[in-house]
Amino acid sequence: MRASADIATAPSVIHIFITVLKRDLTLAYRRRQDLVNPMIFFIIVVSLFPLGVSPEKSFLQEAGAGVVWVAALLATLLSLDSLFKSDFEDGSLEQIVLTPQPLFIMVLAKISAHWLVTGVPLIILSPILGVMMHLEFETIKVLMLTLLLGTPVLSLVGAIGAALTVGLRVGGVLISLLILPLYIPVLIFGTGTVQAAANMLPIGGYIALMGAIFALSLTMSPLAAAAALRISLSN
Amino acid sequence: MSFESFSDFLAMGGHGLYVWLSYGVAALIFLANVILPMKKKNEIVKKHVQRLKREKVA
Amino acid sequence: MWTFFHKLGSPKWFYDISGKWLPWFAVISALLLVLGSIWGLAFAPADYQQGNSFRIIYIHVPSAILAQSCFMMMAIAGATGLIWKMKLADMFVKAAAPVGASFTFMALLTGAVWGKPTWGTWWVWDARLTSMLILLFLYFGIMALQSAIEDAATAAKASAVLALVGMVNIPIIKYSVEWWNTLHQPATFTLTEKPAMPAEMWIPLLVMVIGFYCFFTTVILLRTRNEILVRERRTNWVKKLVTKRGAL
Repeated sequence: MRASADIATAPSVIHIFITVLKRDLTLAYRRRQDLVNPMIFFIIVVSLFPLGVSPEKSFLQEAGAGVVWVAALLATLLSLDSLFKSDFEDGSLEQIVLTPQPLFIMVLAKISAHWLVTGVPLIILSPILGVMMHLEFETIKVLMLTLLLGTPVLSLVGAIGAALTVGLRVGGVLISLLILPLYIPVLIFGTGTVQAAANMLPIGGYIALMGAIFALSLTMSPLAAAAALRISLSN
Repeated sequence: MSFESFSDFLAMGGHGLYVWLSYGVAALIFLANVILPMKKKNEIVKKHVQRLKREKVA
Repeated sequence: MWTFFHKLGSPKWFYDISGKWLPWFAVISALLLVLGSIWGLAFAPADYQQGNSFRIIYIHVPSAILAQSCFMMMAIAGATGLIWKMKLADMFVKAAAPVGASFTFMALLTGAVWGKPTWGTWWVWDARLTSMLILLFLYFGIMALQSAIEDAATAAKASAVLALVGMVNIPIIKYSVEWWNTLHQPATFTLTEKPAMPAEMWIPLLVMVIGFYCFFTTVILLRTRNEILVRERRTNWVKKLVTKRGAL
């Protein structure tokens, strides 16, 4: 009786999503410095390439998109470790898992919050870095478009790794090891699209492929991450 | 038989290094795959026997 | 069929029966591997284009096939373990990861060595080699996750999830790498695609492939049996078995 009454008065799925999203965004806002760090890292990694390889315009134009993409990938990885960690440490993750509402919705909300605070700033920063890499204006627009489609995939797929390693001491390095191979298709299509645009080739097909990857990871990875969270919390 | 002599067989028409290197590494990997689990088994049994002895004493 | 499936749930039953299978698989795989190697190395005709370096095919292709299907088996076993909580499936995932990684490494290394006489360099960013490299990374990930989690049951479930995620990704990775490859170096000479291989060439290859699978089964049985001994160490039958073995 009581259980059924609970379900009847339970908040709707959209409500839960918004609640968790708001909570995570508030928490992120209170720890602003943690959010700035991956962005600084992103800029530093990109500026290492002209210093380490060559500042020549021709090289930078060719490698620019790839460099920005690889740096965005690493910056996302860096921030992934904290996706579930603080909730795990203060015990609220266990409470989230125990709620009768579908776990993957809450995981999806957490991933969305993660993307909003790491993926979106990366997209906003990318044109500045694109200019520093001597990319043309049109190319930069395409780069931003690929990042817009690609960074959510990075957050979504990365969440699986973060969920699998949440209770472990070695977390950080292990996430990279688990997740980087899975990032390769996004990286390939992301940079491939920008290169195609730089060579004046039509990019519609590539964008569609990236959209397909985004749709696939949007549907699959919250489920996988939710399953992984349950497993990580079971011991 | 597609070789005239044994030295021909070793030379592999000038590609001996590559062919034998590949087969050599493959043989090593095969051996390691057999030896490692067998060693592991001995270790497991040994550990287990020691533990049983300890439990008997205690 | 179903009784067999249920019996698989019992580690003791599996330990007994696999002990009977093991020598057979070991002998058959040794025979097939020796036969296939001698046949491939000495009796198969040389390739008209690549000469004798093509004989590397007899280990490169079987190891590549085995490496890929091993990951698929791990994903299937992982799903079985997650759905039906079957202990043996968990143990299979754990046993298969290092073996699969070693065969991926073998495929990569033989591919690189084969590349030297064929392409003139030790490493080419060829689509097949690159996706094998990524497969090796995926294996490393599973192994690292397994060694990082102390509790055996949790480790098994976590790596099962990772294997399934990897399985979903493998076709995407393969496709993307192939696409990337055509983008960067159009129409390279691929190693294994031949218009039609004569029977003297592909029969030893078939022998080797079967031999590799038998060998894989042998090693998996060895490793799974070890895992059973470790996980079931509190049970009476393992205690009895060990004291008998230890007395010898």
